[in-house]
Amino acid sequence: MQILDMAEIELREMNATLHAQAEKTNQTAWEIVNPRGAHAIACGLDAPIEVTVKGSTGYYCAGMNKQATINIKGSAGPGVAENMMSGTVVIDGDASQYAGATGHGGLLVIKGNASSRCGISMKGIDIVVHGSIGHMSAFMAQSGNMVVCGDAGEALGDSLYEARLFVRGSVKSLGADCAEKEMRPEHLEILSDLLERAGADAKPEEFKRYGSARELYTFKIDNAY
Amino acid sequence: MCGIVGLFLKDKSLEPQLGALLAGMLVTMTDRGPDSAGIAIYSNETKDYSKIVVQSDTPEVDFDGLEAALSNASGVTVKMEVSSTHAVLSVPNGSIDAVRTAIVAVNPALRIMSRGDTLEIYKEVGLPKDVASRFAIEEMSGSHGIGHTRMATESAVTTMGAHPFNTGNDQCLVHNGSLSNHNSLRRKLRREGIHIETENDTEVGAAYLTWRMQNGATLGEALESSLTDLDGFFTFVVGTKDGFGVVRDPIACKPAVMAETDQYVAFGSEYRALVDLPGIENARVWEPEPATVYFWSHSEQPIKEKAA
Repeated sequence: MQILDMAEIELREMNATLHAQAEKTNQTAWEIVNPRGAHAIACGLDAPIEVTVKGSTGYYCAGMNKQATINIKGSAGPGVAENMMSGTVVIDGDASQYAGATGHGGLLVIKGNASSRCGISMKGIDIVVHGSIGHMSAFMAQSGNMVVCGDAGEALGDSLYEARLFVRGSVKSLGADCAEKEMRPEHLEILSDLLERAGADAKPEEFKRYGSARELYTFKIDNAY
Repeated sequence: MCGIVGLFLKDKSLEPQLGALLAGMLVTMTDRGPDSAGIAIYSNETKDYSKIVVQSDTPEVDFDGLEAALSNASGVTVKMEVSSTHAVLSVPNGSIDAVRTAIVAVNPALRIMSRGDTLEIYKEVGLPKDVASRFAIEEMSGSHGIGHTRMATESAVTTMGAHPFNTGNDQCLVHNGSLSNHNSLRRKLRREGIHIETENDTEVGAAYLTWRMQNGATLGEALESSLTDLDGFFTFVVGTKDGFGVVRDPIACKPAVMAETDQYVAFGSEYRALVDLPGIENARVWEPEPATVYFWSHSEQPIKEKAA
């Protein structure tokens, strides 16, 4: 276990050390101590390493992550795991706004609640929230899956494309062109796999599925140039 | 951007440290806005005196003989304590309005920063650490306070454009965000006879609250109606004699984190601002919800009002 103490080293040195880990590094376990809400912790990683942050983080933790597993033993500030490509990010506490925004791949697990704009413009990432999510979540979500074990705030899935949204609790309101859809066996299969990987104690049958109604002008061929 | 901090103490034993804790929180937020900084501090109430804080860019000239001139003009005994560009005027209870009138008569160039029984506002252009040390904020004690560091977007970087804004006796406001209907609202409020000095958007927000309260609204009601009448982005923290409140606009894109322990309730634009508070590792930390008025008061239980 390698320990990086943010009370001792600068943020850039810490991130550079993690960036220097190559594909076949032997140093696969890292611990970051004294994060004290700093910004951009463990951003842009691209190696199959496991990083544990002992505390809460500020803006953009684990942004652009590839391959790495990042555990946050606290809460995360705005933009956690933004534009993640692959790998896994697990937050023990809550996540602030736009968690997992624009993510292309990988798995983001939030064990507490996520606030507004969770998964906005997601492009293939899987997001599992054990608690509830705030307003405008999954706005313009293009692909991937979002699983919410609690409730969803206003305007869920506004202007949605092909992403699948699964919500167990209530939905305060659906955004434009977002509709409840039939839960078919293949969806239950996806859901049960995600719940298991995210360590969420919920049954797939308790969820409802939401997706694009495909009624907006963008879906009409006559509007194409 | 802008950075906001607030600290409301439940544990009286922390009161001597209020200034130091609040200044530390504000300095951490420096990179959210380096243009100007200010702190409103609610210090212990004296039975007989109220306070008016005035500011001058040429304090050695303007504060010279001011005590006597104001006492003469107002007919009450005014005592003055100078702190850099600010002077705290102690005036007998009930004479705030008479002394304010006297200030305008004696020297209209003086700027009134705050008025009230316990409120003192200190604000200047510059970095939070410089503003805090200029006024020796770290040595101040008090029951609660709020602070702001500004990244100016809507108006000039001046002392009068700095936050907090005084909205009435013992009331003040700090703002992170930008109001987009401040010009039309300023015209409307001026027609209603409300004094608005600058082109600053937050001053209009502050004046709006003042106007609503002059017309019988409580602070909670004024904050709630601000959700309808103010257009734009805002996270507001307001201070009153008894406590402090928080409200965010419905879009809530301006950040906010709160922490509560048995000893205090704290607000920060970011969690970073809270990390040096005692017992933060065991505090309840959460993000205040959009369009919801939160209020903590020394005289009442905490109130959380969801706007209709």
